[in-house]
Amino acid sequence: MAKVRPHRSSPTLDMTPMVDLAFLLVTFFMLTTKFATDEPVPVDTPSSVSEIKIPDTDVLTIMVSKDGLVFFNMDGQYNRADVLQKMGTRYGVTFDQTEQHAFAVIASSIGVPIASMKQYLDLGAEERKLVRQEGIPIDSLHNELADWVLESRLTNRRLRIAIKGDRDADFPTIKKVIKTLIDRKVNRFNLITNMEKPA
Amino acid sequence: MSEISQEGGGGKKKGGKIRAKKTSTRIDMTPMVDLAFLLLTFFVLTATLNKPQTMEITMPEEDEKEPPKVNEKHVLTLVMGKNDKIYWYIGITDPEVKVTNFSNTGIRKLLLEKKRDIPKLIVLIKSLDESKYKNMVDILDEMNINSIQRYAIVDVTKVDKELIKDVQL
Repeated sequence: MAKVRPHRSSPTLDMTPMVDLAFLLVTFFMLTTKFATDEPVPVDTPSSVSEIKIPDTDVLTIMVSKDGLVFFNMDGQYNRADVLQKMGTRYGVTFDQTEQHAFAVIASSIGVPIASMKQYLDLGAEERKLVRQEGIPIDSLHNELADWVLESRLTNRRLRIAIKGDRDADFPTIKKVIKTLIDRKVNRFNLITNMEKPA
Repeated sequence: MSEISQEGGGGKKKGGKIRAKKTSTRIDMTPMVDLAFLLLTFFVLTATLNKPQTMEITMPEEDEKEPPKVNEKHVLTLVMGKNDKIYWYIGITDPEVKVTNFSNTGIRKLLLEKKRDIPKLIVLIKSLDESKYKNMVDILDEMNINSIQRYAIVDVTKVDKELIKDVQL
């Protein structure tokens, strides 16, 4: 009597569909990932129930840190270089090609007064991270933020302005920023918030 | 795990005729798959999925003519103070100032009550210098939640500060 043996199937399997899927996902994530930029100061935004998402492009972000420092950020490399040059002309500082390029490629916010901007841009990328930025001046007598906003809007007409404030930022600083915007006829702007945590 | 040809690499036929060794068309995909999944894991973990939300606000123009006149009985003034406190009063003439907070039973209840009692409610939001940015965002959020259409962010006046001082003491 022949012994009935179970058919031994081979342990190999066709991996092609799995690999296809894996590569599809890899491609998807590679193309959609936007790396978080290395911000000079951490900002913990307050939460809200608002569900409007911030647009991907044409955003000017004014960041207000916990200790009331103001930072400026804007997207678009060419626009950035342009704005820097215009700011230079306004304040009598000339930026050469390398400095403009350096400014254009920095993805993080910048909080350096225009007077020390040249010095800051001449540093290497790694050294720049170590610099303690003192924030953009927003006093009523010496308001560089106003000029940044003005020049940016002249450069990119579709710009939307967003304020990204730390939840513990002092109100007077925020008030000053908002007043600066209103003075520049920016009456509509966005406040960047977080998702409301379920209570 | 890897795919290796099952047929045995050919050439071992009985005929004895020397044939070119027929190589398998299958290749070992394991290293490639390993790499693909490594990359996949990396991108999945680094992807920043939650885009931040925004709140849109529109401020009135500064050089606008006269600000619109409203009946003071319809005006609810909220003053953001220190330590997440909210001082509130109705009207301007000799108001009774009360204190509340950002909890569900505090500001939200108050707003709902006032909204029911005063159909033409207008809320004035004032922030003392000691208040935090968070307070402003929270109060704007409350306006949203309670669907209060008419509100304005205005500066604190001396009168407000006087009124609040009385409450604190």
